Amino acid sequence: MTEFTPWTALAGGTVLGLGALILLLLNGRIAGISGIVSGALDVSDPNARWRWMFIAGLIIGPLLAAPFGTYLPERIDAGWPLIIAGGLLVGVGTRLGSGCTSGHGICGIGRLSPRSIVATATFMLVAVVVVFIVRHLTGV
Amino acid sequence: MQMFIALIAGLLFGAGLTISQMVNPDKVLNFLDVAGQWDPSLILVMGSALVVFGLGYHFLVKPRSKPLIADQFFIPTNKIIDKPLIIGAILFGLGWGLVGICPGPAVSNLLGGNAKIFGFVIAMLAGMQFSGTIDRLLKKS
Repeated sequence: MTEFTPWTALAGGTVLGLGALILLLLNGRIAGISGIVSGALDVSDPNARWRWMFIAGLIIGPLLAAPFGTYLPERIDAGWPLIIAGGLLVGVGTRLGSGCTSGHGICGIGRLSPRSIVATATFMLVAVVVVFIVRHLTGV
Repeated sequence: MQMFIALIAGLLFGAGLTISQMVNPDKVLNFLDVAGQWDPSLILVMGSALVVFGLGYHFLVKPRSKPLIADQFFIPTNKIIDKPLIIGAILFGLGWGLVGICPGPAVSNLLGGNAKIFGFVIAMLAGMQFSGTIDRLLKKS
């Protein structure tokens, strides 16, 4: 179980929102992590460069959270088969669906995009159902 | 300059995910577990991010014809709710619900050095490469 942490949630969300806003306001780009990561893989694309810079920031960023007393988790509970299956599903699903929690959930809903509202409602609902089945019906 | 801004935006994203603890899969799964010991933190994370981004978009971005230091905005204009969008969102929801990790937190967790995170990211990249094939199959059917 985890405690409800309203203050760090609000602070972290504000920082996230600022990151997404400056990328759009200054560079004209949407902060969709799945799009940025898959776009960075195509090194022949001139846009791969700024994407790698963003990814570098995303990797180092957690160090800046230390003053808030928040750190990366020390262990990941899910077993290897779930990790691999989950990674594959997240990879396929976010590309096929043109976005994830950041691109659809924050940037898309923030622009009131109908596609993003439908996508976010869909993946949230499916994830809630999956967790319900795994935790309450299979007894894991 | 645009490279520097991309780095700063990434830093803010990585910091925000960690401050809010969305890098912790337990925290995400406990939000999704509405029938268990529910942890509503994720709502406040998304809500505050949406307020900052939404207001900024509406008052600072929308009135402009171009971004402050680039030539044009790259904002999706597609409004059609099609099969790939729904099927993609369902597949993503399945994966997210199974492990509680989405692309941002997956990348931000790399510095923690956990082998499972590297495994997840590699599987995710493989899935991304594979998505084009499924997209073509869907368009044929």
